[in-house]
Amino acid sequence: MSQDRDAAIVGIHEYPSRDVEGEVSPLQIKAESASRALKDAGLNWSDVDAIYDAGEAGGMAGLTMAEYFGLSPNVIDTTNVGGSSYEFHAAHARRDIRAGKAKVALLTYGSTAHSNARAIGVGGRGGASMHPAENMDAYAGMTLIANYAMVAHRHMHQYGTTSEQLAEISVATRMHAMRNPEAVRAMEDLEFLDIRETTISDVVNSRMIADPLHLLECCMISDGGGAVVIASPEIARDCRTDPVWILGSGEATKYPMSGGDITTSAAAQSGPQAFLEAGVTPSEMDVAMIYDSFSITVLALLEDLGFCPKGEGGRWVEGGRLRFDRPNDGPALNTDGGGLSSNHPGMRGIFLLLEATRQLRGESTSQVADAKLAVAHGNGGMLGSRHAAGTIVLGRD
Amino acid sequence: MNEPKRPLPRADEFDTQAFWAGTKDKEFRYQQCKQCETVVFYARRHCTGCLDGELEWKVASGRATVYTYSIVRQSYHPFFRNQVPYAVAWVDLEEGPRILSNIVGVEDPLTEVAIGMPLEIEWEEHDDLCIPLFKPA
Repeated sequence: MSQDRDAAIVGIHEYPSRDVEGEVSPLQIKAESASRALKDAGLNWSDVDAIYDAGEAGGMAGLTMAEYFGLSPNVIDTTNVGGSSYEFHAAHARRDIRAGKAKVALLTYGSTAHSNARAIGVGGRGGASMHPAENMDAYAGMTLIANYAMVAHRHMHQYGTTSEQLAEISVATRMHAMRNPEAVRAMEDLEFLDIRETTISDVVNSRMIADPLHLLECCMISDGGGAVVIASPEIARDCRTDPVWILGSGEATKYPMSGGDITTSAAAQSGPQAFLEAGVTPSEMDVAMIYDSFSITVLALLEDLGFCPKGEGGRWVEGGRLRFDRPNDGPALNTDGGGLSSNHPGMRGIFLLLEATRQLRGESTSQVADAKLAVAHGNGGMLGSRHAAGTIVLGRD
Repeated sequence: MNEPKRPLPRADEFDTQAFWAGTKDKEFRYQQCKQCETVVFYARRHCTGCLDGELEWKVASGRATVYTYSIVRQSYHPFFRNQVPYAVAWVDLEEGPRILSNIVGVEDPLTEVAIGMPLEIEWEEHDDLCIPLFKPA
């Protein structure tokens, strides 16, 4: 199947610190990451003619980010769909480049969630908002973790999934994290108690946070950020990096519906779009960068993306199948150490693109031998209620 | 200092105000379209099933089941931190609507809440409205 090669990731940067101790702002993280990603590509500020921004650093980004960077872009896209924003941005950048509206697209992210001591995970959603949906939900004291935990409970009920099976995701991800010096430093800086490879028993015996999810099934809350530069084929040809082509994309949202199935996410809609457009199947993926806010997120998304039938994810992940050194068993999962053990400042989507690109360039610390194809799937919002899904299929020459 | 209170909905929110007004009389109201019979919940002004819909208010029986749930063991919210462990659940009403709420009236939420469990409404009274919680039927 012929694939359109009309936009490629040519520059990346992951901000190395996960704890800036309040000394650096999100805007500064974005700008520094942007400059390093442009340098990685062999491009300059003046080459950028399109910016994509989720507005996470505040200040009406569509009006202010170009000024902050010192750019005069022709395309400004401020799509914000939570942690999946960056997969949407990559899809839109490709669309805009294809349409001839842009040649060099810049995506950036910066957050000091850890320094702000922002309780992403366990804060009650207090205070009634004026959005009607939130005006119905806020009184129940559902924490973010409980939201995901409700998906896990229902998954267990419908399919017999076990905590031990969910723990496989945490164990494989931590194994990858221990091979990534930046992830190890992240866990040290965030004062993880016991920084080592884990076992299934470690995970299921860790403290219960919201039944049935345990501490070691929950992502960290870090500082951090990064940037991605996406360019047209003409520009990519002259960049100093090997192009990582965006072969397909899909977008979707899902929300609570009477009688709906909470175990099936918006990925069941976005995934097939992306694979169809790319002309490949999930089974061909060497690497799967799947938004791991929690263990259950990965399990549900693997199923919805089509790596295994709905409900069989628990059995499918058993036996260490997701490790990077088991290439014959399917894709390696979150080889940078994931949100669980490397980097989660609130909106992790950009890191999925970064590590997928490193894999396809042969630069990962848990490198899959001869990796040719990767999928990056972002989940924004909350899996157990309203959420967005962005799927990007990437390939190298 | 006052005791921290449960966060309450705004009674004047445009779409959901009629629902909350009904709770004063301990009525669980939902909407159904006269044209296409779509059940709309949460409340809205427009039918999500057809373009010329006419939404009609109905009152649910209060009979329900647990669709799924979690027991919150850790919260930093000033009110909910003192409630742990407590059960949050997506609750399916017999008439169709699915609502996020709490399961109350159990001695030990860690062992006494289960998916599929039959429930009935337990209204928690406040000054301007009542909150629909659920207890085992």
